[in-house]
Amino acid sequence: MAERKVAWKARKDNSLIGSDITRIDGLDKASGQAKYAADINTTGTLFARLLTFKGGAAVVKTLDTSEAEKTSGVRAVHVFNDVGKELRWDGTIVAAVAADTPEQAEDGVRAIQVSYETKPHWVDEEDLPGATKAMRTKPLGDNQKGDVAAALKAAKYVHTGYYGVTTITHMCLEPHGSHCEWDGEDKLNVHLSTQNVSGTGGQFAGPLGLDASNVSITCNYIGGGFGSKFAADQWGIACAELAKKAGKPVRLMLDRATELKIAGTRPSGFIEVTIAADAKGNITAWDSHHWGSSGIAGSTISLGQLPYCFDGIPNRNRKATGISTNTGPNRAWRAPPHPQLCAVTDVAIDDLAAKMETDSYDIFMKNLDKTPKPDVYAEEMKIGEKLMDWKAKWHAHGKGAGQSVKRGLGMAIHRWGGRAGATTCTVKIHPDGAVETFLGSQDLGTGTRTVIAITLAETFGLGVDDVKVNLGNNSYPKANPSGGSITVGGVTGPHRRAGLEALWKIYDLVAAKYKVNADSLAAKDGKILSDGKTVCSWKQACGLLGPMPLEVQGTGPKNDGLTDQGVAGVQMADVSVDIETGIVKIHKLVAVQDCGLIIDELTARSQVYGGLIMGIAYALSEERVMDNRTGRFINADLENYKLPRIGDIGELVVHMYQPDSEYERGVVGLGEPPVISTGAAISNAVANATGIRVPVLPLTPQRVLEALKGGQA
Amino acid sequence: MRDRNDQNRTGPDFNRRDFLKGSAAAATATAIATQGPDTASAANLKANVFAATVTKVTLSVNGKTHNVEVEPRVTLLHVLRNILNLTGCKEVDERSADGADTVMIDGKAVLAGSRLAIECEGKQIRTVESLRQGAEVDEVVAGFVKHDAMQCGFCTPGFVVATRVFLNQNPKASLADIRKGLGGNICRCGTYQGITMCALDISKGGK
Repeated sequence: MAERKVAWKARKDNSLIGSDITRIDGLDKASGQAKYAADINTTGTLFARLLTFKGGAAVVKTLDTSEAEKTSGVRAVHVFNDVGKELRWDGTIVAAVAADTPEQAEDGVRAIQVSYETKPHWVDEEDLPGATKAMRTKPLGDNQKGDVAAALKAAKYVHTGYYGVTTITHMCLEPHGSHCEWDGEDKLNVHLSTQNVSGTGGQFAGPLGLDASNVSITCNYIGGGFGSKFAADQWGIACAELAKKAGKPVRLMLDRATELKIAGTRPSGFIEVTIAADAKGNITAWDSHHWGSSGIAGSTISLGQLPYCFDGIPNRNRKATGISTNTGPNRAWRAPPHPQLCAVTDVAIDDLAAKMETDSYDIFMKNLDKTPKPDVYAEEMKIGEKLMDWKAKWHAHGKGAGQSVKRGLGMAIHRWGGRAGATTCTVKIHPDGAVETFLGSQDLGTGTRTVIAITLAETFGLGVDDVKVNLGNNSYPKANPSGGSITVGGVTGPHRRAGLEALWKIYDLVAAKYKVNADSLAAKDGKILSDGKTVCSWKQACGLLGPMPLEVQGTGPKNDGLTDQGVAGVQMADVSVDIETGIVKIHKLVAVQDCGLIIDELTARSQVYGGLIMGIAYALSEERVMDNRTGRFINADLENYKLPRIGDIGELVVHMYQPDSEYERGVVGLGEPPVISTGAAISNAVANATGIRVPVLPLTPQRVLEALKGGQA
Repeated sequence: MRDRNDQNRTGPDFNRRDFLKGSAAAATATAIATQGPDTASAANLKANVFAATVTKVTLSVNGKTHNVEVEPRVTLLHVLRNILNLTGCKEVDERSADGADTVMIDGKAVLAGSRLAIECEGKQIRTVESLRQGAEVDEVVAGFVKHDAMQCGFCTPGFVVATRVFLNQNPKASLADIRKGLGGNICRCGTYQGITMCALDISKGGK
C-alpha cells in the first residue's frame, strides 16, 4: 500500500474548498432563530440591572441596599464594591439587582442609597506634560539599533512629525454577560457570550467554590467579541451569585454605557517621530518617542514593533512612556496593537515621501526590502495599483483639482501571524453515513461551523449540509479561544486529519468487501470510486462499520503542511475632503489580502469587508471621549459614539491574493489583518487631498478643520 | 437604563399624571405650529392615562393574539423578547439608536424599544421570525444568506426587517436609495457590503 499522507487535496481536485459557500447557520442568524446568551429565557428567568459609579475616581462612603431588597419584584442584590472600596474609573459596577422584570430591577437600582468620597482623577491620554506633572507617567523602555545621529546627518531627506490614535472601545452589539442557572446546590449552567467556550468553566468554578467539572458553558452564538470576551468576568460571577441567592435563573447583560466604559478598550498611542531617507528614497533612520494609555495600568502600544512592518530600517531609536488614566481597562482589540502601530508608522513614511515630492507608492515599494515579505507586498501593491488606478489618479499632496472639495489617495501595508490554535475534535461517522463533529469552539462571525463542514464534506465527498457541526459547549473536546486569527486554521487542520484517518479506515473496509485496491479509492459526490468507477455509495461504505459509529479524534496544530502563519496585505484609499466642513468621504477602498489556502472565499471576503468598515470607523468617527472635569466617558452610547452606517462606506474592492504558492502554504488566519492598515491609508489619502496632515485619528470634522487652520503639513 | 444621573422619572412612584401635565404644557407651547390630528387635546390626554399598575394588554404578533399582563411602562421590545420569547429583535442600546430592535407594525418599520406595549394594542405586529415559516423563507432572509450579509449575526434580524420594509416601500431602490434608506441600523462587524448587495439584488439595481 502506498504511504498515506495528511495533506489538503491538490487545488484542482477540490469541489468545495476555495469556492463561495453560504453559511450553514445563515438562515438561523438571518431569521432571528439563533439564540445568543442575551436571548436565553428559561422559565422564571430574572433580569439584572446595574448600579455603576459615574465619575473618575472615588471611595464608596456609604452603601445601603435595604430599600432595594424591599422593592417590588426584586429577588436578590449583589454588591460588587462595598463601603471603603476604591473605584478607579467611570462605569465601575457598585451593585447589581435581579428582579422579575427589567423595569423592577431598575426600580431596585434606584432604591439603592450610595455616597462617594471623590478622589483626584486623570483621564487625559494625550497630554504628556500634564500627565508627567500629575505623576501619571512611567517609562516603558527604550532601545537603539545602529547609529541614528550619524544616519540623520547623512540623510538627504528628514521629516519630523506628530501622530496619534485615540482610544476606542469594542462596542460589541451583544453586550458582555451571561444567563446563569443552578441545577441543585453545586452544578451551574452558564450561557455565556464568549470567545472562549473551552476556557471559561474554571473561571466560574474557582470564585464560586465549585468543581470545574460542575460548570457547563454554552455559547452557540456570540454577538461580537473582537478580543474582549475571553473571561467569565466579575459580572459573570455576580450573575451566578444572584441566581443562587434568588433560587432562580438570572440573565445579566451589561447595559450599553457600562459595556462601553468597562468591557474593553483599545489603547491609544501618540508619537513624535523623525524619519529620514537617502537621496534614492531608502529609509535610513527612525527615531521615535511614543506615549498613550491602556487605562489605570498605564501601558500604551508596544515598543518592540516600531517602525511597523519596516523592521529592516538600519538605524533606529525608540522609546515609550505609559500614562495611567482613570479609564476602563484595555482588552485585546482585533489585531492588537497593529492598527495603532501602522497608523503611526505608515503616515510618517507618507509624509517623508511628500517631502521628497515623490509618489508614496514608489517609496513604499522601494523600501519593501525592509519588510518580512517583500515579494508578496510587491505583488499585492501592483494588484492594488491596478484596482485603484493609482498611477493615473495620483497627484502630489495638496495639488489635486477642486476648490472646496479635495480628493486624494493614500496607502498602507500590514502584517499578521495567524498561526493555527490548539484544538481537538471528535469526528463521528455513523453506520448510516451521517457525519458529525464535536468541539468546544465558537463562531465569532468567522463562519466556524461552515469551514468545519466544508473541510469534512470535501474530505468525504459529501455536501456541506451532510455534516452536522456541534460546537459551543465546554463538554466537547477542547478548542482554542477565538482570538488572534487562529480559529480557521485551528479547527480545519484537526478536522482534515481526523477526516482522512476515518476515510482511510472506510477505504480499507471497502477494499476488503469489494475486492478493490484501497489506494485506488476516492470519495466523491456521495460515492466511493475506484479509479473513477463507482464501487458503492457513502452510506453503503459506512454500513461496513458494523453497529457502532466510527469515532476519530483530530488534533492540531502539526507541522504537516495543513496550516501556516504570517500574512502581508495592502490597502489603498480614495477619499474627498470638504475643506469648509471638515467632512471626509470615502469614495473607494481597495484591499489586497493573502491568507494561504482559503476554505470559503465568500466568508473570507466578508472578513475583509468587515475589516475595511471597522477601519473606516476608527479612521473617521469612533473614539472614546473623556471629560477631564468629571472624569466621565461622555459619549458612551450609540448615538454619540459614532460608527459608520451603510451610507458611509463608499465602494469597497476586495481582492483575495491566492496564487498557487499561497494555496500550498495551507490555512493561515485572516480575521485580524484587514482592519490594520485602513486607518493609515485613509489618513494618508486625506493628507494627499489637502496637503495637510491631520495628525490624530479619528479624522473628525473638528480635527480636520483644526489641522487646516493650523496649515502644517 | 440610560447613562445619566437618575432623575427618578420612570420609577413606580412616578406619577404619569405629572408627566402629562408637563407634556400638555409642551403641547400647548407648540400647538400653534402643529395643528394636525396628532395635536394633544385635554380629552385624548385623559384617554391615554394609565395607572402605574399591571395592565392587561392584547397584542397581535405574527398573526397570533397574545394576552399579556404588564406595567404600562414596559416596552414592546421587552414583551416580545422576555414574555413571548421572540428574541430575533435585540436590545442593543437603550436609546434604539442601532435599529436591532426593528419590527413591523402595520407594515411600517418601528423600533420596538421605543414603543410601549400598551400603545400597540389593535395593531398588526410582525417580527423577523415571521419571515421564515418552515421551508418558506422570505427573499430578504434568503438574500442575506446568499450575499453573506452577516458575521456575528446580532444586528442581522433587525437589518432583515428594516430591509424587508424598505424594499416593500421602494421595490426599485437604487444603490443611492439603499445607502440612504437603510441608514437606521448599525452593524459592528461591518456587513454593510453584503446587505447592500442583497438589497440591490432584490431591487434589480433599481431598474
